Amino acid sequence: MNAFAEAFAWIGDPSHWSGPDGIPTRLAEHLAYTGLTVVIAILIAVTLGLYIGHTGRFRGASIGATSALRALPTLGLLTYLAIAFGFGIRLALIPTIIVLVVLAIPPLLAGAYSGIESVDPRTVDAARSMGMTEWQILWKVEIPLALPLIIGGVRSAVLQVVATATVAAYISLGGLGRYIIDALPVRDYTKVLVGALLVTLLALVLEGILISIQRLTVPAGVRAIRTSPPLRRVRATGQNASAASRAT
Amino acid sequence: MIRFDAVSKRFPDGTLAVENFSLTIPSRTTTVLVGSSGSGKTTLLRMINRMVDPTSGSIRIDDDDISTLEPVKLRRSIGYVMQNSGLLPHRTVADNIATVPLLSGVKRAQARAEALTLMDTVGLDRSLADRYPSQLSGGQQQRVGVARGLAIDPNILLMDEPFGAVDPLVRSELQQELLRIQKDLAKTIVFVTHDIDEAFLLGDQVVLLRTGGQIAQVGTPAEILANPADDFVDTFIGADRGRRALRIEEVSGRQVVIDGTGRLAGILKDGAPT
Repeated sequence: MNAFAEAFAWIGDPSHWSGPDGIPTRLAEHLAYTGLTVVIAILIAVTLGLYIGHTGRFRGASIGATSALRALPTLGLLTYLAIAFGFGIRLALIPTIIVLVVLAIPPLLAGAYSGIESVDPRTVDAARSMGMTEWQILWKVEIPLALPLIIGGVRSAVLQVVATATVAAYISLGGLGRYIIDALPVRDYTKVLVGALLVTLLALVLEGILISIQRLTVPAGVRAIRTSPPLRRVRATGQNASAASRAT
Repeated sequence: MIRFDAVSKRFPDGTLAVENFSLTIPSRTTTVLVGSSGSGKTTLLRMINRMVDPTSGSIRIDDDDISTLEPVKLRRSIGYVMQNSGLLPHRTVADNIATVPLLSGVKRAQARAEALTLMDTVGLDRSLADRYPSQLSGGQQQRVGVARGLAIDPNILLMDEPFGAVDPLVRSELQQELLRIQKDLAKTIVFVTHDIDEAFLLGDQVVLLRTGGQIAQVGTPAEILANPADDFVDTFIGADRGRRALRIEEVSGRQVVIDGTGRLAGILKDGAPT
């Protein structure tokens, strides 16, 4: 039997679907770390990204800081935080979430500010000329139009966090990384592969869900541009208009 | 009435867009600011709704110094139509027109009803109400832009080259439409263009600008044509050439009018001096 067949057989074994080391428990833990991380990171990075995108301030600084964050080695930072701040094993969740948040911030920030920047400045100018306040411009014009790109940032952040949340097991926590970390020392490569496969599957499922959400957030008027060429020179008559609306 | 008093604007990059500009724009008439690019005409327009604040000088609307007015409130009381319609791409035609009324707390149903009425005013079929801007032609988008500018029934309507991006046929259609609307509504319109023909067609008062917002000449189209202030104005309005430089020739006892390119422009009717 090859390694993959063994791994799938392991996953298919009903005895691996219950208990504290069962697949449902590990999956739930993994999702919990991912969810908590992404929520915290969104609060920080999307807020900051919207601010940068709207005002254009600190753009250069944020790009620099983001690249620096990307360069941080996750495992090294995790070990450092766990030891240097005395979180140790008991409070292992704190350093774990911190390193995952650090990982999630760059794509979220980039998605948010590039989303806002992608909005046609003439549209924003028109909104301001009409008498929208800066908040109204942000909420009623910029965010709706930037949403697909913002969700795009969430997508890549989720993908990276799901893949990397395996490190939680490195400092005694649960999650799907448990299978990998536990099995490595005893050379149980089937179980290592099980861990890797489950993480991959989870990532693919989440990716699929987020792609659907991303599609749904494209505003109808913008979708109309993509699906049909603008109807040039349609005279304002009822007949033509209804024919044209059937076409869209 | 809008009054510019010794207004200057220097942008942060150092360019002096407007220098010591003074002008009175009478109410309920159309004033056209015309000039080439760099004449500061758009800057002057945008000062009226405080999209640009002057570096020095003051602007008054009916004796209120606008620098004392809150920008958002001021802008909501002034209609604004821009070149590329500036419509919100994610909102339908009716919602675009109703944007400002909705911001000001008008009920949805009422705002929609008013938007539909405005579509009639600007010559748009009501069946387009639920279309998105991207589904309209350029001319239709501009009509929506005009309707949106009129949505709060403002006293002042600012128009920044609103017909600059549509083809000549549609442009002349829109110009006629604007003349008709203005005849009915009599707004204080401030209109910016670089097209002298458009300025003469639409303007009750035409302001010819040189670089830096220097006024070359102010007057009615007839006054400017009859008596260009200097060579700059003369050249700008094309009085020395083309179809504006008309002369009379006598052909078999009748007086015919020939234009600057030598083409026959028409026949001089009675009442003409001999």
